[in-house]
Amino acid sequence: MMKGVYNWIDERLDITPMWRDVADHEVPEHVNPAHHFSAFVYCFGGLTFFITLIQILSGMFLTMYYVPDIINAYKSVDYLQHKVAFGVIVRGMHHWGASLVIVMMFLHTLRVFFTGSYKAPREMNWVVGMLIFFVMLGLGFTGYLLPWDNKAYFATQVGIKIAASVPYLGGYIQTFLQGGDIVGAQTLTRFFALHVFFLPAVLLALLGGHFYMIRKQGIAGPL
Amino acid sequence: MAHGPKSNEKIVYVGDSRVIKRSNKPVAYDYAAYPGKSEVFIPNFLLKEWMVAVVALVGVLVLVMSDPAPLGYPADPTNTSFIPMPDWYFLFMYQLLKYPYASDQYVVIGTLVFPGLLFGGLLLAPFLDTGKERRFYRRPIASALMFLSLISVIYLTVFSWHHYTKELEATGTIPEHIKAEEERQAAKKSGQPAPSAGKTTQVAAIVDESDPAAQIYQKSTCVSCHGADLKGQAAAKIPALRGVGDKHDKAGLLAIMKNGVGSMPPGQYDASKAQGLSDADLDKLADWLAKQKKAQ
Repeated sequence: MMKGVYNWIDERLDITPMWRDVADHEVPEHVNPAHHFSAFVYCFGGLTFFITLIQILSGMFLTMYYVPDIINAYKSVDYLQHKVAFGVIVRGMHHWGASLVIVMMFLHTLRVFFTGSYKAPREMNWVVGMLIFFVMLGLGFTGYLLPWDNKAYFATQVGIKIAASVPYLGGYIQTFLQGGDIVGAQTLTRFFALHVFFLPAVLLALLGGHFYMIRKQGIAGPL
Repeated sequence: MAHGPKSNEKIVYVGDSRVIKRSNKPVAYDYAAYPGKSEVFIPNFLLKEWMVAVVALVGVLVLVMSDPAPLGYPADPTNTSFIPMPDWYFLFMYQLLKYPYASDQYVVIGTLVFPGLLFGGLLLAPFLDTGKERRFYRRPIASALMFLSLISVIYLTVFSWHHYTKELEATGTIPEHIKAEEERQAAKKSGQPAPSAGKTTQVAAIVDESDPAAQIYQKSTCVSCHGADLKGQAAAKIPALRGVGDKHDKAGLLAIMKNGVGSMPPGQYDASKAQGLSDADLDKLADWLAKQKKAQ
């Protein structure tokens, strides 16, 4: 039955080459921890992606309860964490995942750096990887405000104040992030939009580029 | 094409004759370029990767269950005693701004120069380190710079946290998310419903609004900052007088009127008297303000 449906679609759209292109490659011995345990350092990139998936999924569930306005933001997080079944697990995964994704990405960056894997022809992939790093930091900064407790509020206030001290551009950055005279209702909705729509969209586009380049260029050879 | 009665027609995709076929594409190295025990990605290697992912997932869940995500008290812009602290991965940049050579008139060094050099260097690493050599011990400059950056970032992060804990000790502060969690646990133990966090954000009602002291308040100098509705000004960190009776008694309120507190200037008592209020009026006012307690 499934095979019949697949063949019916494949005859019309020729989809086999698309996924065979992803599936049909082999993993060389020098990056396979099953053969050389020290090759576990090559797992960090995959783990970063895995935790990113956890972040996307848990974040999608969090938005079912979260309300991005200054009256209800804290209350909705409080309700989600203390009243909703498994809410504490979902929010916990998103909270700890946010730190772990930074840790894993940091380790992955160090692995690529110290194995010299960013050298020609893979320079562009390194640059895209660093852009992913910056987007992740942006996601961390915008997400930190959303629970709207004192820790979130004052960290954001200080962060924006530091950004505002940049010469020439500081004022514009402050207006862009804050949206008003103080960290308030405008800031919260802005950070929510950035955290949930803009930055994830950029992240997915960059991840697509990152993975496309890995497939195109292959894994760097053994040292 | 595809108009005939033939039902077993197979669509064959052909190239576009107008597009010149390129032949100098970079040749991707495939696994065959590296002799050894290579393994197919799907399904063999992916299943092994999934096992690693499951172990990581168990680790995450253990962490989630042992340490629930923190949640303090609702954001209160008028709170002046809160020690601001960014998330841990921003601490190294935050700590940098505390050193005299990267703050005040040199703040550009802390906000632009150091982070710019660090992130700019990382971003452009492949174009700065262009040699063919890949082993890190054969690339002394690149590796030394990376080790130096690593050590500085770790040092700054650790000491930022160290300063924070010292500051907490010096001010006798318990971080709010810990305090809030303890309150929730205590409420749970005593069988009370968990303290509803929303309550603290609610604006307290004015007690005894018809009291003649409410009229005295409108004539005093208090109004100019704390507002005719006693709500204060959150943006300027001027606290609301609604519920002020929870924090100060009558004597304390009179002292504040005379001597000021925090950023509130002294001499409001005499200034109000200059506006035509008597000592008896101000006594009534202090009485009334001391009665401003939040409804339980």
